[in-house]
Amino acid sequence: MTRRERREARSGLLFVLPWMLGFLIFTLYPILCSLYYSMCNYSVIGAPKFIGAANYINLLRDRTFLASCFNTAYMILIGVPVTTVIAVTVSVLLNYRKLRGTGWMRVVFFVPTLVPTVVACLLWIWVMQPDSGIVNTLLGYIGIRGPGWLSSPAWAKPAFLLMMIWTCGNAVIIYLAGLQDISPTLYDAAAIDGAGFVRQSFYITVPLLRPTILYNVVTLIIGVFQWFAEPYIMTEGGPSNATMFYSLYLYQNAFTFFKMGYASAQAWIMLLMAMIIIAALFKGFRFGETEMG
Amino acid sequence: MTKNINLYKAGVAFRRGLIYLLLFLFAMIFLLPFLFLLTGSFKTTSELFSVPFHWLPEKWTFDNYYAVFHNIPFFRYLRNTLIIVVFNIIAALVSNSLVGYGFARLRWPGRDKVFMIVIVTMILPYQVTLIPVYMMFTKLRWIGTFLPLTVPGFFGNAFYIFLMRQFLAGIPREITESARIDGANELQIYARLFLPISKPVLATVAIMSFMRAWNDFLGPLIFLGSDQRYTLSLAASMLRSNLDPNWELLLALGAVMVIPVLILFFLLQRYFIQGITMSGIKG
Repeated sequence: MTRRERREARSGLLFVLPWMLGFLIFTLYPILCSLYYSMCNYSVIGAPKFIGAANYINLLRDRTFLASCFNTAYMILIGVPVTTVIAVTVSVLLNYRKLRGTGWMRVVFFVPTLVPTVVACLLWIWVMQPDSGIVNTLLGYIGIRGPGWLSSPAWAKPAFLLMMIWTCGNAVIIYLAGLQDISPTLYDAAAIDGAGFVRQSFYITVPLLRPTILYNVVTLIIGVFQWFAEPYIMTEGGPSNATMFYSLYLYQNAFTFFKMGYASAQAWIMLLMAMIIIAALFKGFRFGETEMG
Repeated sequence: MTKNINLYKAGVAFRRGLIYLLLFLFAMIFLLPFLFLLTGSFKTTSELFSVPFHWLPEKWTFDNYYAVFHNIPFFRYLRNTLIIVVFNIIAALVSNSLVGYGFARLRWPGRDKVFMIVIVTMILPYQVTLIPVYMMFTKLRWIGTFLPLTVPGFFGNAFYIFLMRQFLAGIPREITESARIDGANELQIYARLFLPISKPVLATVAIMSFMRAWNDFLGPLIFLGSDQRYTLSLAASMLRSNLDPNWELLLALGAVMVIPVLILFFLLQRYFIQGITMSGIKG
């Protein structure tokens, strides 16, 4: 290393020092701590007491925990695909070359993501109101008697799904950016071969959009695992645990029951599950990518 | 022949109209909750709860807005929120531009490997660190103060670092070289050359940290003990959890909380969109 290189390296390290300290204090140390806590009985008062895998074993027997896993799985397996299909469809349609005057619609689809979470929750309590809510009023116009939504164990999760769709604007913006990268010559070539808009979408747009879809799906899944404010404010996990989502139960264990060790074990199970799902998705989406070029 | 072309053209126009109509209807559905927020906030109690639902208030009232400013300590909540917001914006701008510069413009051993760690922490769920961090703040006696919600910002945020680095790495190297030959040190180069060029990405970081702090719910819920320190979001959720929540007031409060964000968005739309699209690029 020359003197100049050494000087550059020194200033480089000084510049990133804030992050390095932050990483050690707010990420690395807490991660290791929470791994240790997850094997402890720890109730804030008093020191953590090591109990081995007991928290993990108890979690597997905990009915509320299993319900929270089921509800989260429901949102990942049903909510995420539905939201993704809708977001991709909206983006592809917005991007339709022959369509003019869609600029304001892009704004409309994005604007719900600007609403502070708490306000969105207050709003949706009313939107989903059984008697005087917008959704059931609209359903009433076409002769359907709407369900009780948030107060019904069967319909509470679909109500959350509708809310998830309403806030898909971030994904739409990212899809639109991804669509910009697809070369128009591909569509021209397909049009000459006689492929219409629908076929072009299925054979060109969606396959080439795959990396963007992967990114958005991963973001949505992480989001579902971290869903907290919505169930906390709208339903507190009810009725009969129908909307007890993963992070809500974690929060309750940590900050309502002060079972810090137990909650830490939940956090670690979440990390492992999220990592497995994301790794599987990466593998699935990468499959056949080379043949696409 | 001409007949076929006309038919084809009619088909295209029809399809175009159909797609437009579809999008239009869908967009309207997306707007309805907003319409409800705005009209609901002008309704009287009895009308808000009336069945069947009224799309527009029969009698428009400003009482709910009056109540927001007079019946609850709105300005205290606003002040608390703004303190947190302002500190977070300053912290984000200072720390992430410095760190981003260190990753983008300076060579040091192991830099790219360390940057991979930055990327990995972006997808790390906060729940894994939340409890030990909470215990740490408890031991420091920071619970019930703004410190847990402001101090961590000064240590940088993985996503903002990523944004800064991507932006700064795209600037040609010659700019730095000539400044170095003139004898400027790195801090001078950063402050005089790079900060002025970085305005667009700094604006994006500022807006995103504003949004995050303005919307944050879990942080205030866990770290701010008493009503004296409540933010708007936290206050709104507390008012909702009352046994008999005052819904007209809550809707008006919600409208008051949304409006500044909407105004900011329409003024600075470009930077909002930029931050989001840049997050998708790495995918």
